[in-house]
Amino acid sequence: LVELASSPILDFIQQVISGIAAGGVYASLALALVLIYRAMDVANFAQGEMAMFSTFVAYSLITGFHLPFAVVFPLTILIAFAGGVLIERVMIRPFEGKPIITLVIVTLALFTLTNGLAGLIWGYILKDFPSPFPAQPITFAGLYIGQQDLGLLATCLVILSIVYVFFRFTKVGLAMRAAALYPESSKLVGIRVSWMLALGWGLASAIGATAGMMIAPITFLDPYFMDPILLFAFAAAVLGGIESPLGAVLGGLLVGVLLAVVGTYLPAGQNLRIPFALVVIVAVLLIRPAGLIGRAAVKRV
Amino acid sequence: MSTRFLGFSIPTVIAAGIGLVVLIGIPLVTDTFTTFEFAAVGIFAIALMGLNLLTGYSGQISLGNGAFMAIGGYTTALMTHHLGISYWLTIPIAALVAGLFGFLFGFPALRLSGIYLALATFALALAVPPIIDIDKLEFFFLGHSGVSLHPAHPPGLLASSFSDDQWLYYVIWAIAGIMFVIAWNIVRSSTGRAFMAVRDSETAATASGISLSYYKTLAFGISAAFSGVAGSLLAIHVAYVNPDVFSLQLSLALLVGVVIGGLGFEFGPVLGALFVVWLPYLSERMSSIHIGSFQLPSKPDVFFGILLVIIIFFAPSGTMGVIMRGISWYRVRRAAARGEAVSIAPPTVMEEEAVGGEPTEITN
Repeated sequence: LVELASSPILDFIQQVISGIAAGGVYASLALALVLIYRAMDVANFAQGEMAMFSTFVAYSLITGFHLPFAVVFPLTILIAFAGGVLIERVMIRPFEGKPIITLVIVTLALFTLTNGLAGLIWGYILKDFPSPFPAQPITFAGLYIGQQDLGLLATCLVILSIVYVFFRFTKVGLAMRAAALYPESSKLVGIRVSWMLALGWGLASAIGATAGMMIAPITFLDPYFMDPILLFAFAAAVLGGIESPLGAVLGGLLVGVLLAVVGTYLPAGQNLRIPFALVVIVAVLLIRPAGLIGRAAVKRV
Repeated sequence: MSTRFLGFSIPTVIAAGIGLVVLIGIPLVTDTFTTFEFAAVGIFAIALMGLNLLTGYSGQISLGNGAFMAIGGYTTALMTHHLGISYWLTIPIAALVAGLFGFLFGFPALRLSGIYLALATFALALAVPPIIDIDKLEFFFLGHSGVSLHPAHPPGLLASSFSDDQWLYYVIWAIAGIMFVIAWNIVRSSTGRAFMAVRDSETAATASGISLSYYKTLAFGISAAFSGVAGSLLAIHVAYVNPDVFSLQLSLALLVGVVIGGLGFEFGPVLGALFVVWLPYLSERMSSIHIGSFQLPSKPDVFFGILLVIIIFFAPSGTMGVIMRGISWYRVRRAAARGEAVSIAPPTVMEEEAVGGEPTEITN
């Protein structure tokens, strides 16, 4: 470790690797945001809080029921999926087709509600979330790579691949894409568009739950722990082009690396991470609103 | 036409008179705590007036007005701490500084509409506290431990007739009154009409020769200036600021308040402020109610969330919308009984959108 500190290049590479790992989490949450954005043109401000709530559910399953992580992980994803579908049916469906400002306010209401509920059930004291991965880092070519980082990145990549396969190769996935792009035509060919939206919410919630469970061992757990992560995911989604799933993933990894570099090398870097995300969002929207991959939105007048 | 007083109808004048008597009476008949909380209502009313001008009248959503309150609050706290300037002098400066920041933020916001604007302002709300918290700037911002201010006292002559709380209460509500008159006049000026034109249809507004960029940034600047005054008064009222005061939760509470009060109504902010200040207190009180082993939640956030959904669903124009609808229903009933025709105010933003109102078509 002493040797490491003396080698700035190795140190930098190490920062980049841990940045990519954290980026996997931002990418996952950004993908969840993009899924909902594509389906209903609204950014789900409650995405982070839903992930926070799912992570607390996992925490209770682990500490309260003493279940092993291998059981808790899929179980939480299922619960999160069901929760997402339920939320869409109960809270979002009544507002389908309403103006964007109304939908934004509804997701903010969901934000407040979820946050308050979590505080009510689990309190506001920081909690340790057990990591499924060993703490011992791997040494490789003079680098110390945390198994936590590797496991996190691998998990996120697996989840993202599953989502890709689901949308690309299954009938339901195709129906969901069709419903998002051409709701009217989809209705004509017999796709239940409204239920596709509910499935989308379930899926986004499940992806968010994975992101939450992966990042919680690093950040600790309290009702506010996902707020900055949500902001980083927004930055990732905007950077990638808010309509592009691939863009969200690339944006997430890029934001992860940039934040690691900003946090380590700028003076007061840790405090500048959140303001930096603001700068990324505003800069992308000003310079290249379409993001890295997205198409420029044509505004019809 | 019924008799009018200074251009207002008699029932309006009576309602305003009762309101004024209640406002003046509160600190005289209630305890220190209640006076303190009602002074906070005045502060939040100012902040909500600013947000109402931006969101309710010019149609731009902001989740970041808490950040402008932070700028106002810190302007007052730092000027009194570092320079020893009197509180009251710092209030207009806080308005100017926050307004300037708002105007500058309005420029990038110009190119952003709807969801992107919500995103950028959300980021702004989260970004300001960690900047104040930077270790290396502690000599200036005083870091996380915050800035303490001397409690405000009534000036010499009045010291015997007012307690500190009563004095602060009256000053805050006097300023809230001034800000209300300013907001009222903005809404009725050509600027206000331009805001509403931009809100209702950007295309139609441009076609009528309204500069979108000018009025959108202006709305941001004015809204931020109102928030700055509110932030400044909050610092004086609590006699303390730290970065945690101006959290994302504050910005969200502002949005909740302005929607619950009623977007696009002059009196909406006052009702919204009552909710924002008293709902947490009421929910604390309700948590002492036990139904069997069930205890009602003490955190206001749950109530805020549920209330917000209910309001948006059943009464998208907020409490004021419900009241106004009640009044016009009464007027229609009365007029029908007399066999007269009656003109009814057109629906407001949220109502119109809620029923799927089409944007105005322009035909040559």
